[in-house]
Amino acid sequence: MEGSVAYDNDLNLKATELRLGLPGTHDERQQQQQKPVSNVRNNKRPNGESEAQNETAPPPKAQIVGWPPVRSYRKNNSQPKKTESEGGAIYIKVSMDGAPYLRKIDLKVYSGYPELLQAIENMFKFNIGEYSEREGYKGSDYAPTYEDKDGDWMLVGDVPWEMFITSCKRLRIMKGSEARGLGCDI
Amino acid sequence: MQKKRAYSFPDEVLEHVFSFIQSGKDRNAVSMVCKSWYEIERWCRRKVFIGNCYAVSPKMVIKRFPEVRSIELKGKPHFADFNLVPDGWGGYVLPWIVEMAGAYPWLEEIRLKRMVVTDESLELIAKSFKNFKVLVLFSCEGFSTDGLAAIAAGCKNLRELDLRESEVDDLSGHWLTHFPETCTSLVSLNISCLGSDEVSFSALERLVGRCPNLRSLRLNRAVSLDKIANILCLAPQLVDFGTGNYTTELQPDVLSNLTAAFSSCKELKSLSGFWDVVPAYLPALYPVCSRLTSLNLSYATIHSPEIIKLVSHCPSLQRLLVLDYIEDSGLEALASSCKDLQELRVFPSDPFGVEPNVSLTEKGLVSVSLGCPKLQSVLYFCRQMTNAALVTIAQNCPNFTRFRLCIIEPKTADYLTREPLDVGFGAIVEHCKDLRRLSLSGLLTDRVFEYIGTYAKKLEMLSVAFAGDSDLGLHHVLSGCESLRKLEIRDCPFGDKAILANAAKLETMRSLWMSSCTVSFGACKLLGQKMHRLNVEVIDETEPPCSRPESCPVDKLYVYRSISGPRSDMPPFVWTMDEEGTILH
Repeated sequence: MEGSVAYDNDLNLKATELRLGLPGTHDERQQQQQKPVSNVRNNKRPNGESEAQNETAPPPKAQIVGWPPVRSYRKNNSQPKKTESEGGAIYIKVSMDGAPYLRKIDLKVYSGYPELLQAIENMFKFNIGEYSEREGYKGSDYAPTYEDKDGDWMLVGDVPWEMFITSCKRLRIMKGSEARGLGCDI
Repeated sequence: MQKKRAYSFPDEVLEHVFSFIQSGKDRNAVSMVCKSWYEIERWCRRKVFIGNCYAVSPKMVIKRFPEVRSIELKGKPHFADFNLVPDGWGGYVLPWIVEMAGAYPWLEEIRLKRMVVTDESLELIAKSFKNFKVLVLFSCEGFSTDGLAAIAAGCKNLRELDLRESEVDDLSGHWLTHFPETCTSLVSLNISCLGSDEVSFSALERLVGRCPNLRSLRLNRAVSLDKIANILCLAPQLVDFGTGNYTTELQPDVLSNLTAAFSSCKELKSLSGFWDVVPAYLPALYPVCSRLTSLNLSYATIHSPEIIKLVSHCPSLQRLLVLDYIEDSGLEALASSCKDLQELRVFPSDPFGVEPNVSLTEKGLVSVSLGCPKLQSVLYFCRQMTNAALVTIAQNCPNFTRFRLCIIEPKTADYLTREPLDVGFGAIVEHCKDLRRLSLSGLLTDRVFEYIGTYAKKLEMLSVAFAGDSDLGLHHVLSGCESLRKLEIRDCPFGDKAILANAAKLETMRSLWMSSCTVSFGACKLLGQKMHRLNVEVIDETEPPCSRPESCPVDKLYVYRSISGPRSDMPPFVWTMDEEGTILH
């Protein structure tokens, strides 16, 4: 059981910076001297244990000043530019049956279904099969599905791309018989 | 009987011979041969490089070299790039400009890196040097577009204005209109760091249109994709081009216009920019891809399949900068398409994320090392590494001159064996005999420094973080690395013993930076007392170091050799130890 973890204010300089991190993660900082010489993170605690102690908002990861060594010029310039209406990214969660954790992707960086599906294949290391309107994804145990605005689970690929990226709320790679059931005319 | 001088040439002949010697190092060697050569050389030296602006004073430079036309100065230590040097530390160029304004009326070129440049300095440059041609401000700050307007208006023969990666106070895009209509001399214009949402585009177009010798043009993010075709058609002779943002509303003609515009650029070899990329417009680049030698996609948030598609069209690529979206699969494709690759930099798309967001591991770097025999320079951010991979990479690429590896989580061990990465980095220094620059990361003991001290005889710059066990580590480096010029260390258990035992070594180096280590205030004072040609500066923003016991470690230490003594422009949080043991402030 962990004792309370104290965070020095001066290490939270970067707490407001944009970053992608899984919610609920936090650090254990070992204060061996007056000044922290290192910032050691322990990733081995199971999630359940940490959640019990984080009933309120999870504390931000205590970041080390100047680490990793990425120039602030580069950090500032990589932020997505704020545009008026359609500029922003569309982040959605991607889950795969059997995989231990989810991923997040930005639908806006893909120009169509082929790129999206290839990216997902690479991310989870599997093959998706051939899409056909009649029979769904043939040749694979997996089928990519998505939850749309109405809460229904749909097969990826049926609607035009532009419509898909505006209506997709999350992606799920289904496996096995559940997957084979989709796309068949019943 | 008078000795006949067998080797006396008239001075003019020697001067003519020396004019063929351009490199600063060679010139320095020439000047040491004898007194007369020293005299002749100093009168005909046209170009001076000063790696640390506090190592020497402007007056001293001017006294020795009265006829300089080109000067290059560097200011803040490298770790300033990562916010480790507090604002106001120093590196002001104004005193230099003031002195040179009087002494070098014919100065043509000023190149600055990590210096504070004010509008006042820029205005003084514009006023003082009638034949001013080249201004390069690399990672500088402190000026605004008002200063740029002064340069534009005042420098009638301006050839190069390069603001790469500087921080500019963007007051207005209209500074561009200050280039007079008579200005046709521009060869290189890099405004990629400017943020202004309204760059005066019409002024830019007119400027580009009237400069037939323009070879390098790097636009800023505010310039949108639909405008690029116009610019390229005005300057088809460009060799190096930086796009603005690579996005625009989907319109029918944009892609075809853009493709046609790129097709007309027969000399284009280098591309950069690519903010906010819409992948559908990347094919516009295909006409130039076969000739591309340098491609900077490090701001492009495109993913592996798109990167692979683009890179596989570029067989002549020598230099690639990219985000880790390229992933191991993309690096494999790179290794098979780009056999001429010499330099690779892979930056992290999510440096502060806890979990990896992309599949980029040690395997990607191994593929490239295997497939690209000419690879010399690597900067690689990743989240895992093994000794085996590093050994393989070292064996595949004995020609490395620069190897910088950043494993994002400090003190990460070899993920297969759980061992430190000493052996892996040891292989790098052992096999790569020409290695000049090395950055370490991961779990490392004193052993890695033993390897470095033993093998890295050509190493000039070493960067260390969260590594080592004891002073012995630092001692190995200081006593073994014969060519060492710059050493920067953070968060390592290195203290007094190694520094004091190797004090003399520090005078052979440009500088030493140590932050969050265990060097005591007492040792700093002793070093400053004993070594009169070193400036020993202690940086502490919280309280004066003398308010604590002498055995307390200092927060940050910067030691550099200097022939001009302690500087006079130190801010309140910097203390220098001088000869008498007093602490100057």
